[in-house]
Amino acid sequence: MTAEAADSTDAVGTVAPAADPGFLQRHGGTIEYVLIPGAALVGALAVFGIFVAMFGKNPFDLYFYMYYGAFGTWFSWQNTLTRAAPLILTALCTALPAQLGMVIIGGEGALLIGALSATSAALALQGLPPFVVQVAMVCAGVIGGGLWIMLSGGLRQYRGVNETISSLLLVYIALAILNHLVEGLMRDPASLNKPSTREIGAANMIGSIPGTDVHWGLVFGLIAAIASYILIYHTVFGFAARVAGGNIRAAKIVGLGVSKLILTVCFLAGGAAGLAGMVEVAAVQGRTNANLAAGYGFTGILVAFLARQNPLAIIPVAILLGGISASGGLLQRRLGLPDASVLVLQGIIFVFVLASDALYGRIGFLKGKS
Amino acid sequence: MADGSIGLWTVPLAVLGGAIRVSTPFLFVSLGECITERSGRINLGLEGTLVMGAMSAYGISYLTGSPWLGVLAAGITGALLGALHAGICSLPRVNDVAVGIALMLFGTGLAFYLGKPLIEPTAPRLPAIDFGWWSDIPQVRAALRINVLFLIGVVLAPILYWAFRTTRWGLLIRTAGESSDAARAMGHSVLLIRLRATMVGGFLAGIGGSFLSLFYPGSWNEGLSSGQGITAVALVIFARWDPLLCLWASLAFGGAAALGPALQSVGVTSGYHLFNAAPYILTLAIMIITCSPKRTLTGAPAELSITR
Repeated sequence: MTAEAADSTDAVGTVAPAADPGFLQRHGGTIEYVLIPGAALVGALAVFGIFVAMFGKNPFDLYFYMYYGAFGTWFSWQNTLTRAAPLILTALCTALPAQLGMVIIGGEGALLIGALSATSAALALQGLPPFVVQVAMVCAGVIGGGLWIMLSGGLRQYRGVNETISSLLLVYIALAILNHLVEGLMRDPASLNKPSTREIGAANMIGSIPGTDVHWGLVFGLIAAIASYILIYHTVFGFAARVAGGNIRAAKIVGLGVSKLILTVCFLAGGAAGLAGMVEVAAVQGRTNANLAAGYGFTGILVAFLARQNPLAIIPVAILLGGISASGGLLQRRLGLPDASVLVLQGIIFVFVLASDALYGRIGFLKGKS
Repeated sequence: MADGSIGLWTVPLAVLGGAIRVSTPFLFVSLGECITERSGRINLGLEGTLVMGAMSAYGISYLTGSPWLGVLAAGITGALLGALHAGICSLPRVNDVAVGIALMLFGTGLAFYLGKPLIEPTAPRLPAIDFGWWSDIPQVRAALRINVLFLIGVVLAPILYWAFRTTRWGLLIRTAGESSDAARAMGHSVLLIRLRATMVGGFLAGIGGSFLSLFYPGSWNEGLSSGQGITAVALVIFARWDPLLCLWASLAFGGAAALGPALQSVGVTSGYHLFNAAPYILTLAIMIITCSPKRTLTGAPAELSITR
């Protein structure tokens, strides 16, 4: 974006505001980052509308119910924000390693391991004051998830194993470990139909933000996203990570500890997803069982790509996609669409967003050359 | 021994039978991915293609009554998804790994959406050939009930091996994979070669999916594939992009995947879920052993983004 701004200093955009002719030169890149994903989103919604129209549904009803189910009422807003919380955290699991040029798609696995670790911590510390238990759960969730993704990062750095594939394989391994433990060692004998661990106890739940039904996990997510943004764009560590992501050889030549960078960033990324698992246990489920594999980790990948791996942009994008999944229930009840329609829409959005990558730097008026 | 109670021998027999039965989707996806990756592009979306193939095969088999039409439909669906992947990847600055992830989510979502009405009805299945007629032991007979698709896959592997080495299109695919500049200098369109290679890869992966819904496990539901597609993509990497090695690796994987159910059948149930994860653990272990940070893998197509 700086390159475009630099090579377009000779021409003034015809559509630039008259009072500030340099506006587009300076902000063209930023506008591009909003405009192009926005256009991709609109395109995806249009294609999804055509798709449901083929099944005899009215696409305008669809758009209305999507809006209504996601942002139409205070109730739907709360539902949306509750779903956005884990999405922010799992999106960070993809966005942080992306700064180093790594494609990690195993957030779902780190979420499950984080949930399992947090539950174990809570069950081991029964009887202690709730605050102590909650802090222990956060630590356990972050460490569990962090180590899980760090494994992918370490394998990439020390063994040259592709991190995309290893992190996805680790999702299935994490799910197997979770099922193994909740049906064996950690099973609550009272859970007959749905094998689960014992409950962490009502006192240890993290509860809702006062005045709302939205749990504190949203605040965890916001803090994590803002902290990640500061870490990446305003610290030496983040600068080093971005240098290594841009050119790993240059980073080695200037003496950056690339191994340490990769392991730390992967730990933080996995820690964020592990925290999402902790939040789902401590604010929603109250225990660990197979319900936790609800796909937040996979939707988080889409959030990260739609936000162009920018931790701050993840927040609105997560709310948007949280809204789409929150409206799924309404679409099912009012329009008779299958619950998988949310997955189809997410897939279409993902495809459009990636295809729109080809547009960057090609929109004439943003370059001020038209 | 002929009285049917063969005790612990059940386990190796079931693993052998499983190696043949469970390996077929691995085999087709890995052969398809092998073609795509040899052309210099990686398609991680084959997981979605596999599920879409399974769904469309089941649907068409149910509607027409012919499972073979279902197989064909699965292949065509896979080829279309492959064309979509290649089409998006041919745009400038689009990352093929990311497109694969997108198509993985898109394919599974679309299959769940369209497959909703297919969970209840029963579709005609693919026939199997009984190679175990000579034995009185039911377990042996069960292990040797082999599907025709498996045999097709077994024949396809050496054919592909031969085709990569000696035929004109095999050479073209390899040229596009090793050096797109060379292919372009020869006057060929790299994008077109990769489009075709990805479509053929998708076709084979779709057929692999049809095996899941039409033979083993032999029904359509949303938990049908859990990572077989992505495991098969990883399998291509340690099979060193060699179709013959893909065959052996698929058999090993099928055996590993059959270990859990086999142990369960003789009463070992404690580690059921862990044994079910055996293929993933095996994949990871083999990748750890065979990869190295110092050099690129032998046999890796030079244009492949995932090995650079």
